[in-house]
Formats: sequence, structure tokens, C-alpha cells
Amino acid sequence: MSMNTQGRPSRPLHTHDAGAYTDTFSGSRGLDQAEPLIFERGRVDVTGVDLPEPTGAALRIGGLERKAEIGLPGLAEPETMRHYVRLSRKNYAIDLGLYPLGSCTMKHNPRLNEKMARLPGFGDIHPLQPQSTVQGALELIGELARWLMVLTNTPCVAMSPKAGAHGELCGMMAIRAALDARGETGRRRVLVPESAHGTNPATAVQCGFFCDEIPADATGRVDMAAFKAKLGPDVAAIMLTNPNTCGLFERDIKEIADLIHEAGGYFYCDGANFNAIVGRVRPGDLGIDAMHINLHKTFSTPHGGGGPGSGPTVFSQALAPFVPVPYVVREGETWRLVEHEHEAEGQPFGRMVAFHGQMGMFTRALSYMMSHGSDGLRQAAEDAVLNANYVLARLRHVMTAAFDGTCMHEALFDDRFLKGTGVTTLDFAKAMIDEGYHPMTMYFPLVVHGAMLIEPTETESKASLDRFCDTLEGLALAAQAGEAERFTAAPRHAPAKRLDETRAARTPVLRWSPPAETPQAAE
Amino acid sequence: MRYLPLTPEDRKDMLETIGAPSVDALFADVPETARLKGPVDLPRRATELEVERAFTAMSSRNLSASTAPFFVGAGAYKHHVPATVDHLIQRSEFLTSYTPYQPEISQGTLQTLFEFQTQVALLTGTDVANASMYDGSTACAEAVLMACRITKRQRAVLSGNLHPHYAEATRTLAKYMDIEIEAAAPVPGGLDAVSDALTDDVACVVVQNPDVFGQVHDLRPLAEAAHAKGALLIAVFTEVVSLGLIESPGAMGADIVVGEGQSLGVGLQFGGPYVGLFACRDDRNFIRNLPGRLAGETVDADGRRGFVLTLSTREQHIRRDKATSNICTNSGLMALAFTIHMTLLGEAGLRTLARLNHERACEMADRLAALPGVEVLNSAFFNEITVRLPKPAAGVVEALAAKGILAGVPASRLYPGKGLDDLLILAATETNTDADLDALEAGLKEVL
Repeated sequence: MSMNTQGRPSRPLHTHDAGAYTDTFSGSRGLDQAEPLIFERGRVDVTGVDLPEPTGAALRIGGLERKAEIGLPGLAEPETMRHYVRLSRKNYAIDLGLYPLGSCTMKHNPRLNEKMARLPGFGDIHPLQPQSTVQGALELIGELARWLMVLTNTPCVAMSPKAGAHGELCGMMAIRAALDARGETGRRRVLVPESAHGTNPATAVQCGFFCDEIPADATGRVDMAAFKAKLGPDVAAIMLTNPNTCGLFERDIKEIADLIHEAGGYFYCDGANFNAIVGRVRPGDLGIDAMHINLHKTFSTPHGGGGPGSGPTVFSQALAPFVPVPYVVREGETWRLVEHEHEAEGQPFGRMVAFHGQMGMFTRALSYMMSHGSDGLRQAAEDAVLNANYVLARLRHVMTAAFDGTCMHEALFDDRFLKGTGVTTLDFAKAMIDEGYHPMTMYFPLVVHGAMLIEPTETESKASLDRFCDTLEGLALAAQAGEAERFTAAPRHAPAKRLDETRAARTPVLRWSPPAETPQAAE
Repeated sequence: MRYLPLTPEDRKDMLETIGAPSVDALFADVPETARLKGPVDLPRRATELEVERAFTAMSSRNLSASTAPFFVGAGAYKHHVPATVDHLIQRSEFLTSYTPYQPEISQGTLQTLFEFQTQVALLTGTDVANASMYDGSTACAEAVLMACRITKRQRAVLSGNLHPHYAEATRTLAKYMDIEIEAAAPVPGGLDAVSDALTDDVACVVVQNPDVFGQVHDLRPLAEAAHAKGALLIAVFTEVVSLGLIESPGAMGADIVVGEGQSLGVGLQFGGPYVGLFACRDDRNFIRNLPGRLAGETVDADGRRGFVLTLSTREQHIRRDKATSNICTNSGLMALAFTIHMTLLGEAGLRTLARLNHERACEMADRLAALPGVEVLNSAFFNEITVRLPKPAAGVVEALAAKGILAGVPASRLYPGKGLDDLLILAATETNTDADLDALEAGLKEVL
């Protein structure tokens, strides 16, 4: 096979033109080593695995053999190892330091969970093996379901949703199915507070609903007068996040539940922030009809650079008949999978995904839950709330707290303290990178201007929080002292300097392409 | 508690700084009646050793694939994953990072996603791919929605030989979007009548190759028929290794190609997490309608190449109720595993692996065809075949499982009540030894 990879990279690794500079010949900066793409380094005839030789017998694929070169480069095993280890070093991670990304809940990921998920009886079984050969796995799903139902005080849980947003879809589809079963085809309006996650409105629309926003009041919570005014016979549901995205508990939540039920609608709760209250408050006691639980957030399954997630969704009695397939049931000493709609007892709205959900996340989450126990989970929620309030208390004299009073598990600041400094929220965030921290969540929630949402989580020590608060205090004072350059030039100490996101969106380059045949001499 | 670093002394000091009398005071916004006074009714904390014992006990009640002659496929496949893959995905910096919202300190994740997108585009014979979906079935469902947005039509036609779970996931997602889904009847070992349903109002035709019964098809006639009606062809695969041997769906005329990437790097895991692959033509309208994340190339302030998440204006956090989908995450870690395994294989390794899979399946087909009363239905296949047995397949599979042989998936488990009770779907891969095939053959002889 010919080699396809000896050309130029699709963009230069480093250049000396147009004012750009680099001070090394290799493009590396010490331990921060420049690493080309596999397409620039590998060759199509190199492989990093030893496989037996095929016998060369005739093919029986209907004459559809692929003939042309695919263009996939290979690397030998040591080259592969070095390539991905080098790349890994360009990432920030919770194992490296505090990751205060509000709403994302970056907490310690215990390695016991990884070990448990890799037991051959969980990691190496097929979803369509005979059920008699996977009784332990079905039991694990059943046991995790039990923990989730007890912690939320709900009678039913759908385990198959593959992520939080998929769980939202599951809950809202059950609501749609319940309304359809009642013959209520006119109920299509879903009330969504201004502070909702962007997935909430998108989810409602995918269920054939349209959204109607409820504003926030001066305390950062649902404006009750506005909410009441919007209730009517066409209201299908409210989608509320609790604790909400401002890091606050919705004080009127029980009244909201009662009012939406009286109006004939359902109460969907976005459970992304369940980690703030797990073991202390049961959402079922608050009157919710459906709520997804992000296992990766509350129960510490690692998020691997953006997934996988897992979003089991609990249901109230009213919605339980509509739970999707598949699910597990216990019959005496035997566990059984209900895989088809016609075997189900209620009126499931269908199947959301090919198999039974994120088994690998179930094992990790249950391992974490059993490690904590009922007492430890409660303590974890308390420490998460304590840590956030500590950050709020330590920083409110130099940064502006968005709201008065205490918070739940995340502290919300806004950009008023940067007014007139020439430093933007983004600049401030990039300066945190130079200090060795991942920036907080920015510009969200939308209800405050220049939002900075800090979630320390329960796995930070007091010493770690003190160092973090000292650093942020230093940055805030520097900004106010006119040291704008420190911020606008940031990050100075990162694998990359500030990246041109506009250019990426305007002229999208979404894949590597082989270099052109003739050199671009005209350039 | 080993995961919680605060000491009682710390908690006291911190409450003092906050100016709160107790932790309870921090929960003051919770209605009094909803505040639990003590722990819920679940076991209290367990030591690491206790958790390991409980899990090992549950794990031992399952028959794991590597300890049995194993021929189960139908959407998930057992392949050997090099040790390097599992080691690298457990690197802290990959395992414990989040979505790369800050590109300057996420180049590791972003560059690997860019490599992943390129590999997927090359494999599928298309131009661009996204940074992965939850799995193949959700990718399939999202592809149908995308085709409806592009063509502004509200009807989709599914092949009867599309994996029924994929069809069901698609039907569920389309259910409340006013999209009409029509499906042809399954034709095991043959060509279903999906092209008969093509009319001028069809947005897309969805066809799987190799199909759920293992049959390999030439997609070109269907692509031509679909395009003639202004419809898009969505090609689905559940066995990505097949792309190392068979002509790519893109080259055969598919407009959108989706599938499951579990075979490379990910492992069986009882069905998840898996990795959905999603690729399409390089067309402005297609890219604007692509669901999910995209990594794109750009430069940093020094002019050095770098990568960012891009074109997020299609996504839920910007467009909210006008977003192309509600998806907020991808399968980042599984996409990484896929990319590392693919990089180790390279083109040469992938082609060899595909060839080995096919040869094992040929051998299995020949051995089964020689058994009295057993008929192999496929004329062309990759690593999976469907056989007709002289008795119901479900009972045969159970009887063989009792002997420690995992002999495949009865078609009745996927298509209950469709009269396919005597059909068995079996997959063979490079992991199957001669002894495995001997055991399957001997086991079938005994129970048939």
C-alpha cells in the first residue's frame, strides 16, 4: 500500500510568519511536547497489533469487497502509547486539581468503581445472552434501582436513559404518553423557568410541546405570581430544576407541585443537582412526577472528557404505568428483563435505546453508593453545601455574589466586581488557568449578567478551598488594581494560548485531509 | 469517610466563617416537612473490602463471554481489545476530565476527537463525522430526524432487516415529532421490500448493512431509487469491523451513515456505554443539521494549530427550543477507546482483522450447514449468519447455555410473534477458537 501521510499538516504546527513565533525548533515547550496528528505520523502499512495471517480463502460477501485504500494510518504500540500519553498531558482533570465547573459536578472518581465495573461478570457479558446466564447483572440493575427509589421516595425508575438529557426526554415522553392516555390533546404548553438548562426546552420540543418561559424573581427563584398567571387548561407540565441553576433551593416547590397538579399538569424536575440534597431531601416528598438523575454527577462515575453519562429517571405513581422498556422485574429468586411492549404491564411509550442502559455506569454508581451508605451520602450532600457556602463567604467581599443569603452546592457570582477594570468574565476565567485551576462555569445561568458559577463539591478539603479562595481573591484584587494585562494575555502558561473560536466556526475544518498533490507555492 | 476530606474541626471552622450556627441552617430554604431527620433506609457505609465482596458475588452469577464458546452478536460483538486501550483510557487526564469547554487546557480530548472524526469519516466513506453519539440506535434515530429537517418531509421508511431495537428507538424519538415511520417486513437472509415504499413524500430510507440477519447487500440500487424520489439514504451498521472488508456505505451512495462502534475498543459491557458513530456528506445544510458535538481545527494566539468545540450554534445551550437535538453529551471516553484501538490496528490491521472475522464465520457456516436439519439462510455475509433449525431456537439456546455454550440470539427475542421462532442468529469473530466451533457443533448435535 502506498503511504498517504508524508505531506504537510493541514495547518502548520508553528510558523515564523505573520507575527507568530515560537522559541523552540520542535514546537515543544519542555514537557509540553508538540504532538502531530496520527495522520501525519502513521502509515497505512504499520500496525500495532499482532494478528494471525488470514488463510486467503475466497470471500462470500457478494462481490462487495472494498478495494481502494481507506487512508487509515497505524502506529506501532510504543508510538501509540506515546502519542496518547502526550495528548493526555494537555488536559485538565479532577485528579489534577479543583474543577469548579458549576452544574457539572466534578468530584473525585474513586478507582474502586473502575475495578468493580471491570469484573468479568459485568464488563464481559453480552446484552442478549440468555437471561439465565446474567442473573447477577440483572440483580445489580435491580439493586441500583432500589437505591434510587429509596433515595427519591418514588415507586418506579426507568434505567435505560443514556445521559441526563436522555432522561429528560424519558420523563417528558412519559408525561406526553400520560396526557395522550387521558385524551388531553390540547395540553401542549410546558412552563420552563428562565434559569433552566438549555436541554429542557429542547427536550420539551422533541416531545411535541412548546415552551413558555417563567421569569426569575429578585431572589433567583421562580416568580410565583408569573407562574400562577401562566397556569391554564393547555399546560402540560412545568420543568423545574431543583436546587436550581442559581444554586438555590426553590422554597415554594411544594406549592408549585400542588398548583401544577391542580391545573391538571405534571411536575418534571431536572435532577442534575440532586447531589446537593441526596440523603437529606427526597424529591418524591416534594410532589415531583418525574426526575432524571445524572449518575456521573451525584454518584461519581467519571465523565471521560464528555461522556458517557447515565440518566435513570424516577417516576411518581401517576406516571409509573408509562415507563419505557426494557426494565427488570424480580420473580421470586429470579430476575427477568421485560424487553417488549406487549409483555409490559402498563402502557410504555416505547424503547429509547438498543439495550438496557449504561451498565458500566450502573456498576460504578452502585459501588460508590455502597461505599458511602445512607449515612455517607447524607454527609456528602452536607459537605457539598458546606464547601459552596464557604467559598461564597470567603469571596463575597471581593467578588459580587449574585444573590443574598446562603446557597446550596454551588456559589453564583456575577461580573459587577469587574466593572470598569477592562477585564471580562472570559479574561478572568482564562487567568485562572495560569493559576492552575480549571475555570468555573461562565455566562450561565442566563438570569444574571456575566455569571460565574462555582461548584467545589464535597471532595475538596478545607486547605484546597483556602488555596483556591486565596487565588481568586488575588485575581479579583489585581483586576481592580488595573492589572488588566495579566488577564487579557491569559492563559500564558497552558499547552495552548487563547484559541480562535470564531475562525473555527466561520471556516469549519472538521477532519484532517491529505495534503494537496502540488505544494501551494503561491502562498 | 474515605472520600470526604473534611474533618469535624474543619466543618466547625467553616461554619464560623460562613456565620451559620449549623449545617442544618444551610438547608433553611428546604420546607421543614421535607427535611429528613436521619439517614434513609439503606445500608450504612461499607469498606472497600466489603464492596468488593458484594460485587464479586454478583459478578460470579454471570457467565462471562471470555469463559465460554461464544457466538452472540445481533448488535454487539466480542472482540479482543489490546491492553494498551484500557490502560490509556484510564489515564487520569482522559478519564476524569469533563467536556472540553476550555480548549487551552483540553487539547488532549479535542485532538483525539478530531482524530476520531477523521477516522469515522474515512471508514464510512463520507466527508465529516461528529464527535460521537450515545450508541448506534440513538444515532440511527437522530439521523432520521436530521433527514426530515433537511428534506422538510415527515415520513421515514425503515428496512425490515434493520435491528428491531434500532427501529424501536427511532420510532420512539419520532413519535411525538409528527414523523410517520413505516417499516417493511423482515426477510431473513434476503432483501426486504423497503424500496416498494418509496414515494415522493419520503424523507429517508434506513437500511442496515450487513443487516440484522447478517446478510450483506449492495446499497447502490437503493441509493439510486431513494435519490430519484428526493429522499436520503441512511445506512446503518452494527459491526464496524465489517467496514474493513466491505465497500463503504458512503461509496455505495449513502447520504448519512450511522452505526455502533462498540467492536473497537469498547467491549461488551452488557449493552453500554457504547459509542454511536455519525457521519455524512460535506454539505452546508447537512452540517448545520448535524446533531451532537463537533471538534474543529483552528489556531491559537501564537499561530499554533489547536482544536476547539465548534458550530455550537446548532446546539441546545445556544438555540434552546430550536436546537437540532436535545443531546448535551457524547460518548467521549468510548470514542477515545475506539480511536486508540483503530490507531493500533491501522488500515493493515483492520483489513486483517476483518478478514479473520469473515473466515471464522465462513467456517462456522460450513460446519452448521453440514448438520442435519440445519439450513444457513445467507448467501453473502460478513461475520454473522442466520440459520433455520428444526425446532424453536429459544429452547436450543437455553439448552446450550446450560452446557456453558452461548450459541447466539434466537430471532424470536428480537422479533417476538413474527413467526421467526426457528431462526438463530450467530456471530463468529477472531476470538473464536477451533475448540469453540467444535463445542458449538457438538452441542447442537446433542440438542437438535
